[in-house]
Amino acid sequence: MDKLISDLKSQIVTQLNLQDIKPEDIGDDQPLFVEGLGLDSIDALELIVLLQQQYKIKLSNADEGPKVFRTVRTMAEYITAHQVQNS
Amino acid sequence: MISKGIVTKNGQPVFEGGALEPSDFLISAYRHFGLQYPRFYKMDNIGKLGWLANEVLLQDGFDKEKYPAKEVGIVLSNASSSLDTDIKYYETVKTIPSPALFVYTLPNIVIGEISIRYGFKGENAFFIFDDFNAGFIEQYVSGLVNNNILQACICGWVEWLEGNYKAALFLVEKDKTKDSVTFTMENLTKIYQLQNG
Repeated sequence: MDKLISDLKSQIVTQLNLQDIKPEDIGDDQPLFVEGLGLDSIDALELIVLLQQQYKIKLSNADEGPKVFRTVRTMAEYITAHQVQNS
Repeated sequence: MISKGIVTKNGQPVFEGGALEPSDFLISAYRHFGLQYPRFYKMDNIGKLGWLANEVLLQDGFDKEKYPAKEVGIVLSNASSSLDTDIKYYETVKTIPSPALFVYTLPNIVIGEISIRYGFKGENAFFIFDDFNAGFIEQYVSGLVNNNILQACICGWVEWLEGNYKAALFLVEKDKTKDSVTFTMENLTKIYQLQNG
């Protein structure tokens, strides 16, 4: 899980072009949106693309988005659960 | 004005980027001016160019509280519309389309970026011409100002295609200040040509 969380932080910084932020600056449980990292709705779409490109996972239910993308840890947990399902 | 690796304000160079690649030059200029706006990095190149040119234009001298937000407008123009980003977006369509690129596939998004930064809500428009059309800009903006639709207007040219770029922005205000240059087609042309490219 730690390796996945670390990879995700790097991928988020690259995919969202967060040039003033280093991956290690993002806390595992730091909210990604609004008061946390300050991501917006377009970033949310880019995170969906990231899941598809890097992990071959499609978000099946859009309503799950806020829960899945709450923090890097919740993203990692979703990926872990769905990679098991897909394998 | 931003062109050929140089940023100028009122004819004076305020930043020179040396031999940097055009997109790196914009980021270098952004950092040079000490700007803090993380959203800048997410913009496409024309967005970065126009946004940065506007920052330089309004820095040290423009009081946004002076006018109601609905009376500050933006009228821009260029030759290549959003083609630079359209091409990049088209490339992503072959695999997974990029939402972050898609939102920049219109030229007037740069107007939106400037408006978000300053809260401007006045009349805005983006026109496409082969070259900078000083006569049209002078007529169109004068119409807005003389008919009391706007008190102030940012206008000019913001062009970017495959690394060839030029931004020339002008601040037009209804009330003259001590350093004002009269808003005429001749003056627009003269200032635009100060930095050829």
